[in-house]
Amino acid sequence: MNVAAIENDFQQKIDKDLFIEPKDAMPDKYREHLIRQISQHAHSEVIGMQPEGNWINRAPSLRAKQILLAKIQDEAGHGLYLYSAAETLNISREELIAQLHSGKAKYSNIFNYPALTWADIGAIGWLVDGAAIVNQVSLQRTSYGPYARAMFRICKEESFHQRQGYEIMAHMMNGTAEQKEMAQDAMNRWWWPSLMMFGPHDSDSPNSGNAFKWKIKRKGNDELRQKFIDKTVQQAEVIGLTVPDPDLKWNDEKQCYDYGEIDWDEFNKVISGNGPCNKQRINHHIKYHNEGAWVREAALAYSQKIQPNAI
Amino acid sequence: MDTQLDLWEVFIQSKIGAHHVHAGSVHASDAQMALQNARDTYTRRNEGSSIWVVPSKFVVASTTNDAEMFFEPANDKIYRHPTFYVMPEGAKQI
Repeated sequence: MNVAAIENDFQQKIDKDLFIEPKDAMPDKYREHLIRQISQHAHSEVIGMQPEGNWINRAPSLRAKQILLAKIQDEAGHGLYLYSAAETLNISREELIAQLHSGKAKYSNIFNYPALTWADIGAIGWLVDGAAIVNQVSLQRTSYGPYARAMFRICKEESFHQRQGYEIMAHMMNGTAEQKEMAQDAMNRWWWPSLMMFGPHDSDSPNSGNAFKWKIKRKGNDELRQKFIDKTVQQAEVIGLTVPDPDLKWNDEKQCYDYGEIDWDEFNKVISGNGPCNKQRINHHIKYHNEGAWVREAALAYSQKIQPNAI
Repeated sequence: MDTQLDLWEVFIQSKIGAHHVHAGSVHASDAQMALQNARDTYTRRNEGSSIWVVPSKFVVASTTNDAEMFFEPANDKIYRHPTFYVMPEGAKQI
């Protein structure tokens, strides 16, 4: 079959809502788009462990510490599901990690912000994981089978993350004046970056065209962002937090919230490497990856020793 | 050379008596590590009662492109299904 026929076949499958599986013929651009998106998603899960890991030793109770450890372990697991999905597209784990280290592959911008107080751990779980869930629920119907299955598994686990974060915020809003202030401060710092997680407005989104045609993406950035805002504002009100947006207003006609303009200059600044923690995040990953090399070598040497003729 | 170790496919049995179902894959240098990594990665919430791991390179798969040719011979053998047969009026429990 020639390329046009293959692409035609492929598109027909997509149009019939069939999943694409690893050994199926697919356009190179589809494969590249998926590698970029899935690996970015995997790297985000892994880099996302850093701001939270920073608080394990300072968690305010044993209960909080256990929960935080379990959550961070989940993030590592989510990274692994996604790396596995990416590897089915004929790219090795080594290459994926090398792309992260060289800066060729990105991760979610949100993790370039620091977790300054314990309330930030609440805000990350509630807002950042909350925003991620909205995006990931829609990706459960993405056209690439391994990616969709990874999303399905991740979504099942993610709601614990959001609820534990919201619980932290609710606790603090029940506390002393200082604790309330701390929670509101975290809200103020994480609200806008959380909205940016959905990416640019659809009208300015450079990679969307094919992503919709190939059903990698099922819903637009703005629709998902709106969904997140509409369900989160009520949760903020219940515990007495103020959404830091003077333009936020319920629109009775459209039955959703109107919200203020997002600071895209900041978004672009952070995405191009000049956020508060970009260098720290990558350097940390490189350092521990390299320091772990001896473990991988030892494991290989051991496998040779116990099974010299192994595969 | 630095490596990320070999790829293994993971199959999980959700409860005793059920089929082992493919869950995903892990990297590991040997079978024991593959089992432990599979447990940590895919059964953090009691999803499993048993795990199989198989080196990915040993999985032989049919291809979707050949699916039609491969599975088509079953299509015209509808007499393999119980609904093919006409039962006499009034017969019960069959």
